[in-house]
Amino acid sequence: MSYNASSISNPNRKRKSGFTFSADWIVIVLFVALLFLGWLSVCGATHEFGDTNFLDWSSRSGKQLVWMLCACGLGLCILLIDDKFFDMLAMPAYVGMMLLLLITPFIASNHKGSYSWIDLGAVSLQPAEFAKCITALAVAKVCNQYGFSLEKRSDFLKALAIVVLPMLLIVMQRETGSALVYLALFLMFYREGMPGSILFTAVAAVVYFVVGIRFAHDPLPSTLSMIGEVSVLSIIWIFVVGMLRVYCPKDELTWSIGIGGLIAMAAAYAVSAYIIPFDIAWLQVGVIVVLVGYLIWKGLGDRINNYFYIAIFAIGSVVFLYISDYALNHVLDTHQTERINVLLGVDTNVTGAGYNVNQSKIAIGSGGLSGKGFMNGTQTKLKYVPEQDTDFIFCTVGEEQGFFGSTLVLLLFLALILRLIYLSERQTTTFGRVYGYCVLSILLFHVFINIGMVIGLTPVIGIPLPFFSYGGSSLWGFTLLLFIFLRINASDKRRLRP
Amino acid sequence: MKPSVQFKNRKYVIAGIAIAIVLIYMARLFMLQLMSDDYKKNADSNAFRKDIQYPARGLITDRKGRLLVFNEPSYNIMVTMNDQLGIDTLDFCQTVGISKEEYIARMAEIKDSKKNYGYSRYTPQLFMSQIPAEEFSLFREKLFRFKGFSVEKRTVRRYEAQSCAHLLGDVGEVNRRDIEEDDYYRSGDYIGKLGVERSYEKELRGEKGMHILLRDVRGRTQGKYMDGKYDKDPVPGKNLTLGIDLELQQLAERLLEGKLGAIVAIEPATGEVLCMASSPTYDPKMMTGRDRGKMHQALSNDPMKPLLNRAIMGTYPPGSTFKPTQGLIGLQEGIINPGTTFGCSHGFNFKGLHVGCHGHASPIALVPALGTSCNAYFCWNLYRMFSNRSLYKNNQQAMTRWKDHLVAMGYGYKLGIDLPGEKRGMIPNADYYDKAYKKSWNALTVISISIGQGEVTATPLQIANLAATIANRGHYYIPHVVQSIKGGQIDPMYKEQKRTLVDRRYYQYIVDGMRRAVTHGTCKGANIPGLEVCGKTGTAQNRGHDHSAFMGFAPMNDPKIAVAVYIENGGFGADFGVPLGALIIEQYLNGKLSGASEAKASKFQSRHIRYGDYKR
Repeated sequence: MSYNASSISNPNRKRKSGFTFSADWIVIVLFVALLFLGWLSVCGATHEFGDTNFLDWSSRSGKQLVWMLCACGLGLCILLIDDKFFDMLAMPAYVGMMLLLLITPFIASNHKGSYSWIDLGAVSLQPAEFAKCITALAVAKVCNQYGFSLEKRSDFLKALAIVVLPMLLIVMQRETGSALVYLALFLMFYREGMPGSILFTAVAAVVYFVVGIRFAHDPLPSTLSMIGEVSVLSIIWIFVVGMLRVYCPKDELTWSIGIGGLIAMAAAYAVSAYIIPFDIAWLQVGVIVVLVGYLIWKGLGDRINNYFYIAIFAIGSVVFLYISDYALNHVLDTHQTERINVLLGVDTNVTGAGYNVNQSKIAIGSGGLSGKGFMNGTQTKLKYVPEQDTDFIFCTVGEEQGFFGSTLVLLLFLALILRLIYLSERQTTTFGRVYGYCVLSILLFHVFINIGMVIGLTPVIGIPLPFFSYGGSSLWGFTLLLFIFLRINASDKRRLRP
Repeated sequence: MKPSVQFKNRKYVIAGIAIAIVLIYMARLFMLQLMSDDYKKNADSNAFRKDIQYPARGLITDRKGRLLVFNEPSYNIMVTMNDQLGIDTLDFCQTVGISKEEYIARMAEIKDSKKNYGYSRYTPQLFMSQIPAEEFSLFREKLFRFKGFSVEKRTVRRYEAQSCAHLLGDVGEVNRRDIEEDDYYRSGDYIGKLGVERSYEKELRGEKGMHILLRDVRGRTQGKYMDGKYDKDPVPGKNLTLGIDLELQQLAERLLEGKLGAIVAIEPATGEVLCMASSPTYDPKMMTGRDRGKMHQALSNDPMKPLLNRAIMGTYPPGSTFKPTQGLIGLQEGIINPGTTFGCSHGFNFKGLHVGCHGHASPIALVPALGTSCNAYFCWNLYRMFSNRSLYKNNQQAMTRWKDHLVAMGYGYKLGIDLPGEKRGMIPNADYYDKAYKKSWNALTVISISIGQGEVTATPLQIANLAATIANRGHYYIPHVVQSIKGGQIDPMYKEQKRTLVDRRYYQYIVDGMRRAVTHGTCKGANIPGLEVCGKTGTAQNRGHDHSAFMGFAPMNDPKIAVAVYIENGGFGADFGVPLGALIIEQYLNGKLSGASEAKASKFQSRHIRYGDYKR
């Protein structure tokens, strides 16, 4: 058995037999609970009223049950493998997987517009689902190298490259949703030392985009400006002044500049309202330009690079604001533009692009406190929600199990993620910790996007809900991801023992 | 410092993000699932197709159980706009027999929510209505090809006899006001529009049922919801039995052919209307099916006003049929007694006023005065009453008393028959003359009201009701068309005896007078051997040729029928009123007409009156 090699240092351990002793039971219980709830949802989503033949192999619930049993077997096998194996095989497996991803579009058949499924007779597999796990292993392996630090630019770029490569390959398969999942790994990078300002910049970009687009066509009363533009420029001002406060704490003028700018904006609004209406966004841009000038002057004078970075952030923010509107309407595909517009509430057409989300909101909203009961959901039974057993599986939970059921699922996922954070932090090796954070980041991203889109909070990006969505590939992919970590964790525990 | 230690606190940021996401999502779920009922309603309107089950409308029979109105299946073609995409329009149009232009126009009409109140693209909307079963079979075969179109089985009214059009009325599609007034109705439902169909709408319509079906996203039915636990079957409408005698009604309609006027007969003991004919009339069949609107329009535009039920909507001067009321008032008020006589020198002559009369013996008492229909007698009677200052302080008080008597006899106000559109007629009161004559008026000014002329008008129904009241010696039941409702009750007011203000004993003199009119007076034509008929003619003056009227009842001592006949511009009462009234009485009491009477009936059926460009 695999633990024999390392248990030499711990003779007492020999008396206790079986690997089960060292695997983390909490994670396994959560895994099984989610799997079981997931299977119930698939039953609810795929069977018609009165049809309770859930074990029939020809039905989706029957197949899902087989995938689940296979997944459990897979998990068991992984727990039996020597953990050195993962470390050893990380890079070769990565190279192999990248090659597979590269050729997939050429051998895959068209599956609803994406070229990511490889037919293997009766079943078809989606290599992208397994690439997450392999990539996580490869990143962990790279980060595990002696002296590696994400604060070093070359190291950061190396790790970044390992993440970006599969992303690009998956985009080529027209699976943009799956590709976006790799963005989750920035959470792991953040844990490993990536500057927080990068994460902040990403959040800032999302805020600019959402606020800017949502209110792009709502005029601000008594001015010639739009609410979106004015709000975003105000937010930029606050962000830039805030960064100045955090990153250049010795700057004496920060408060005067910040408040002065806000007073100038308020004055401009007053002029527009009482004297002559004009576009106050121009004044805001002017104020920001003045601030940028000050930053550059200070940067040159005091030789502090942070001033330059903040100036770049300010300029970037303004440019981003004006580019995002253009990009939305001229660069993105029509269906992507529609989805974004629907999400932001600009487009309220419930029969067109907003149909899916509208119907899924109806399904969930109609569940009420305790739901309509297992196998009683009308929205899902009568197929009003598209993709109800895959991407929109959470509808079934919401409709049939109500607020209680859907909250329970959310809390189970939260418990799993928090447990994984706890376990990752306990790892003695960088390899284990980085891999653990990869796993939890990916899980978090899936839960965030998938449930978010079903309840109308995030864009409709076609990615499955872990352990719930129907399909062997995604289930096995997540099982693999999770159990490799459990295996690493199990051996890590033994190493820790005196 | 190793990253593992240096950035250890960042785990809190990451855990915080995860917790924040879950909390936000829980708040969102709370909002969606617990704060608003809209999603639930939305899901229900998605999934449930409420299939309305239409009840059969109640049947209508005459007093002898003969069927007058029944139902036949017909079909409505419905369209659900949201689903009807990509059908072969040409094929569709050919199948249902309309042109492409009509198709486009109809579709536009359906979508226009101003015209189509309560329009929804998700529910079936009426496309074509009342397609008879035989025309419908072809469409049914092809129905599967016309996605979004569906069929609704309804019924259409059928009429056994070409009779009783005004009484029965008809059914038509509800209008916007009907829907607003009663939320039972949905666009495209039918409602009684006229006659009994309208006044007994609530009894006849029954109760709609509903089947709740599950409907999937493609609109396909997926069985019943909860195996039909919440389904409701329709309750058929209640059947009505009318007091009408179909044969009598048909005779009345026959006799009225080519004339304008009305015949009303009432059973005095119950107030049930035995027949109520109005002329001109129309075939009730014309008012069914898809062409109802067109037919209705044509009938409304006819200058002879065939839609007008003259029996209850026509207000005419009652003429001499009014005289019995005057006699009764005089006796009750003590103005006259049966022995009181008045002189008549070819009429009433007083203070330069002359009301003409025909030649007869003079002076004359009440009974013969009714028999010969003496104008002078009733003018003196009114004059005496209005001038009697020991009974009344002034003209106004006398007038009020006079009016109260007549109102108690059923004049001046709607009687309250169970048919829509009844008119009240006119009995003037003191106020009316005070306004008209600036208070300077007296008995002579208004003397013509004593002989049923002047301001006095009444409907044929009110005249028939007077006959019934006299037949009953002083009371009546509000005339009503519906005898009974199967499984229901007619309005209790129709069972309530209404008494006049005149003592029963005085009625005997009036009955005698009316009997004398038949045996020796103006109504000799109504003297049917073996039947003790009592009658009173009326010859009402108006701008054109006189109206011919008759009022009577029979048998005298056990009255079974009271009748009023009113023929516009028919001349003397004896010209049309008396013979037609006699035929009605004979038919009802004998159950058939004798050979001679049958010949007389045919003669009157073909005797048409020329009205020229008649305008009412």
